[in-house]
Amino acid sequence: MKARIQIMLRDGVLDPQGEAVRHALGTLGFEGVEGVRQGKVIELDLAHTDRAAAEAEVTAMCEKLLANTVIESYRIELG
Amino acid sequence: MRAAVVTFPGSNCDRDLAVAFEAAGAEVVRVWHKDTALPAGIDVVGLPGGFSFGDYLRCGAIAARAPIAEAVRGFAGRGGAVLGICNGFQVLIELGLLPGALMRNAGLKFVCRPAALRVETAASPFTSGWQAGARITLPVAHHDGNYVADAELEARLRGEDRIAMTYLDNPNGSSGDVAAVLSQDRRVLGMMPHPERAISGALGSADGSALFRALTDAFTAA
Repeated sequence: MKARIQIMLRDGVLDPQGEAVRHALGTLGFEGVEGVRQGKVIELDLAHTDRAAAEAEVTAMCEKLLANTVIESYRIELG
Repeated sequence: MRAAVVTFPGSNCDRDLAVAFEAAGAEVVRVWHKDTALPAGIDVVGLPGGFSFGDYLRCGAIAARAPIAEAVRGFAGRGGAVLGICNGFQVLIELGLLPGALMRNAGLKFVCRPAALRVETAASPFTSGWQAGARITLPVAHHDGNYVADAELEARLRGEDRIAMTYLDNPNGSSGDVAAVLSQDRRVLGMMPHPERAISGALGSADGSALFRALTDAFTAA
């Protein structure tokens, strides 16, 4: 089973990299970009076949290592 | 006083930190990240600057899960003194020993220059060599030193006198100009500036020596 984890900065946490990308888009003439948030995606190949067990384990991975929940939120997709 | 200096793959200030402790009269034991215990009789653990594990995932994140990390957490839990400098500060935050987060510098650039600082409190074994309000200069060299604390945390840190140093000219966008933070029991200090790179006039500043002397005095007298 594959897991795809999307990690983003929490709302309200300033994202200086996203802001830099927004400015660069403006410089290239792309108008109307009101906000940019940059995150990361982590893909896992899991030996699990049980969906619930996989979700519980990936959640634990996010809480213990993959995300810093002080500033980041995460979303897990299993497929 | 006996100090342990931990080396992770990618640490690059570990030797400088050991030299700074020794110059202040401490005995230094070097510890490897794969060790699972600290040597006996350690008074202070130093987590050095650098780029542990290549800053992969998040700065300090992998180091905070290295085998030695649990020993450092246990040592701090028993009231042991822990000094984290630059990447070491990032590791302390990832260990959950200090609150808040260190994010990419607001200006997005790596900042490497002497930084003027104000010592905000003398009430810790790290800062007792200064008077509160003292102005000192220590070098900073980091890409991710933007200390993020929400208003509630910043007010709490201020109320508990846990902001150890602030920048006079904020180089990275840190909330409240925070450069160094103490734990609630005042035995863990995380700081972005490098006191170990300022222990002799030949290095441009000797202001950092006072921190190592204060630590040595605190643990030699005890």
